[in-house]
Amino acid sequence: MLTRRTLAVSTALATAAFALSAGLSGAAFAQQKTVIEFWHGLPQPLGGQLEQVVKGFNDSQDKVQVNPSFKGNYPETMQAAIAAFRAGNAPHVVQMFEVGTATMLAAGPAVKPVHQLMSETGTAFDAEGYIPAVRGYYSSKDGKMMALPFNSSTTITFYNKDAFQKAGLDPNKAPATWPETIEAVRKLKAAGVACPMTFSWPTWTQFEQLGAIHNKPFATQANGFGGLNAELKINDPFFVKHLQTLMDLQKEGLIRYSGRDNAPDPLFPAGECAIIQASSGLRARIVKEAKFAWGAAPLPYWPDAVDSPKNSIIGGAAFWVMTSPKRTAAEYKAVADFFAYMAKPEVDAKWHMDTGYVPVTLKGFEAAKQAGFYEKNPGADVPAQQLTRTATTENTMGLRLGNLPEIRNIIQEEMEKAFQGQQTAQQALDSAVKRGNTVLRNFERANKG
Amino acid sequence: MQRRVIFDNKALPYLLLTPQVAVTLIFFIWPAAQAIWQSVHLQDAFGLRAQFVWFENFEAVLTDPNYLDTLWITVIFCAAVTLLSLGAALLLAVLADSKIKGAGAYKTLLIWPYALAPAVAAVLWMFIFNPEIGVLGRALNNLGYAWDYRLNDTQALTMVVLAASWKQVSYNFIFFLAGLQAIPRSVLEAASIDGASASRRFWTIIFPLLSPTTFFLLVVNIVYAFFETFGTIHALTHGGPGKATETLIFRVYQDGVVNHDLGASSAQSVILMVIVIGLTAIQFRFVERKVHYS
Repeated sequence: MLTRRTLAVSTALATAAFALSAGLSGAAFAQQKTVIEFWHGLPQPLGGQLEQVVKGFNDSQDKVQVNPSFKGNYPETMQAAIAAFRAGNAPHVVQMFEVGTATMLAAGPAVKPVHQLMSETGTAFDAEGYIPAVRGYYSSKDGKMMALPFNSSTTITFYNKDAFQKAGLDPNKAPATWPETIEAVRKLKAAGVACPMTFSWPTWTQFEQLGAIHNKPFATQANGFGGLNAELKINDPFFVKHLQTLMDLQKEGLIRYSGRDNAPDPLFPAGECAIIQASSGLRARIVKEAKFAWGAAPLPYWPDAVDSPKNSIIGGAAFWVMTSPKRTAAEYKAVADFFAYMAKPEVDAKWHMDTGYVPVTLKGFEAAKQAGFYEKNPGADVPAQQLTRTATTENTMGLRLGNLPEIRNIIQEEMEKAFQGQQTAQQALDSAVKRGNTVLRNFERANKG
Repeated sequence: MQRRVIFDNKALPYLLLTPQVAVTLIFFIWPAAQAIWQSVHLQDAFGLRAQFVWFENFEAVLTDPNYLDTLWITVIFCAAVTLLSLGAALLLAVLADSKIKGAGAYKTLLIWPYALAPAVAAVLWMFIFNPEIGVLGRALNNLGYAWDYRLNDTQALTMVVLAASWKQVSYNFIFFLAGLQAIPRSVLEAASIDGASASRRFWTIIFPLLSPTTFFLLVVNIVYAFFETFGTIHALTHGGPGKATETLIFRVYQDGVVNHDLGASSAQSVILMVIVIGLTAIQFRFVERKVHYS
C-alpha cells in the first residue's frame, strides 16, 4: 500500500515535472526567432555594408532573425532565386536589379507584392514617402508598390577638374549640354588627353536615360507600363542622330566606347578618361581611388530636342518577397517587420551617405541634407537632384520591358558593330528594334494566361 | 579455350550494374530528356506556364541569321584552337624530349598553366591585353597600333583563340611527351645510323607512332574547344564585340541563364548534342582507321 502510494506520488511528481519542463520549453519555443532567408547580389564592399544594415535590424528586436547571403552578381542572384522557386524552395526575400522588374511582375503567384504584404500583416507603410521616380519604377499600373526600393542609383557625369584646368576649361562648370560637351572633349583632346570621354552601361546611359531626360519614349505602351505588347522605339530619328554623333566622336578619338555594362568604370578613377557618364554608385570608388580633383554634374542634354531636361530614371535594385508552398503567416509578418525597418528614413539616409546610392525616400534625402552631408561632399546631391528635378511623365517613370537584360545586350552588340563601321546608325538601331521586338513578343507569349 | 566469369546468383550481376546505370540515368539521361522536353515548350522564367509549341524553338533558332553566324564562328574557333594547341604542344614536347639541361624544370613549367581555372587564366590575359590596363595592350597602343579588342572583331577572336589554346597546351604537352617517351629508342637509333635526318625521322617514325595519342588529343581538344572554353570567353569578351566571339555553348548560356529563354536554349542544346554525336561518330569511323595502333 505504502509502496503503491509512493509510486502514485512519484508518478504525479514526474508528470508535473514533465508538464513543467514542457511548459518551459514551450515558452522557449515561443521565444525562438522566425528565420528569414535574404539573398542579395552586392559584392564587397557594398555587400558587407548591406549586411551591416541587416544586422542593425536583427539587433533592434528579438523576434526575427534575417540571414543575408550573397548569391553572386545581380543576374546570378536572379537565376538562383528562379531556380530555387522552381524547386519549391525560394528565399523569403531576394534583391533584384531594376531591369528584372518586368520579369518579377510577370511571375504572378511567385511573388507577393509589397503593398499586399503590408496590408495583410497590418504593417504601416508610407508609399507616398518615396521619391516619385523610385516609386514609379516599382509600382503596378494602378500605382501600388510591388517591391521595396532600397539601393537605387541613376547615371550622372563625373569629370576630372585637373584635366579641365589643363585644357583651359572652367573646372567648376561641367558642360550642361551635348554641344558644350563636344566642345569640351575637343579642347581636352587638343590638350593631349588621350581619352577625353567614355560612358559606362552603354544602353542605360545612351538610350534609356537619354530618352527619359528628353521625354522621348524608349518603347511604346508608356515604356511597357501599359502592357506586355510594347514595341521598341529607339530607331526614332532622335536616337539615330545621337548614335551617329557618338560614332563620329568615336572616329575622331573624342570619346571612347570602352566595353559593356560597367566595364568602363575603372577608366575614370584611374585618370585615363577625363569625363565619364556612369552610375552614381561609382562615386564611392572615385572617392577612394582618384588622385585628382573631380566633380559631379547632371547628364548633358540636346537643347534642340528639349528646353529643359526631365528627371532621369533609376537603376540599382529592390527587395522582392517570394512565395513558397511552405510559407507561414508568421514568416510574412517577419518579412513585413524587416521591410518596415529598411524603409525608415534614417536607415535610408545612412545607407545613402555610406555608399553613394541615392536616397529613396524624401525624408531620407532631407535627413542627409540636415546632417550636412552635401556641404561636406559637394556634388553628392547631383543624382537625387536629377531624379527629382521634374514631375515624372510616362517616358520618365522607368522601363517595364520583359527580358530587358537581353535587350540591353542586343543594343550593345549593335552599337559595337556600328562603332566598328560595319553598319550605319540607322541600320544598327533598326536591327536592334527588330531583334528587341522578337524578345518582347516571346516574353509576351510565354507570360500570357 | 575461353575463360568465362559465371555468376551463380542471377540477381548479382544486375545489382553490380545498378550504381553505374543509376549514375547514367540521373546525370546523363534525365537532364538530356529534360532538355528535349523543354526544347518543344515555351515557358516563362519561373516555370509557371508552359505550352507545347512543336518545333517552333528549333525553327526560330535555325532561321536566326545570328545563330548561323555563331555556328560559323564556332567552327573557326574550334579549328583554330585545336590546331594551335596541338601544334604548339607537339613542338614543345619534341623539344623537351631531347637531351637538354634542366629538362625537368622546363617540363614542370610547361605543365603549370593546366592547373589554372579558365576564368583565372582569362583574367591574366586581360591584364596583358586590355588596351588601358594591360601591359601589352598599352604597349601596342603606344607604338601606334590601334589595339582594342572591345571594338575589333578580328582582334577579339584572335585573343580568345590564343587564350583558349594556351590553356590547353599543357594538357596536350603531357600526353605528347608520354607518347614520345614510349617510342622505342632502338628504332630511332637504327634510323640515325641509316643516315635519316632529324626531320625525316620525325615524319616517318615519330609522327606515325604518335598517331594514337594525336587522335585521342584531337577528340579531346575539339570537345574542349566546343564545351569548356566558356569561362575564357565569358571573362574576356562576353561574346563581343557584336557577336564576334560568341560560340554555340556561350549562346546556350546566354539564352538560358541570362535571357531566361529556356525553350531556345534547350533547342540549341539538343542541336549541340546532335553535332557532338555526329562529330564523334565521324572521328571514330574514318579518322581512327588511319590511326596506327601498335
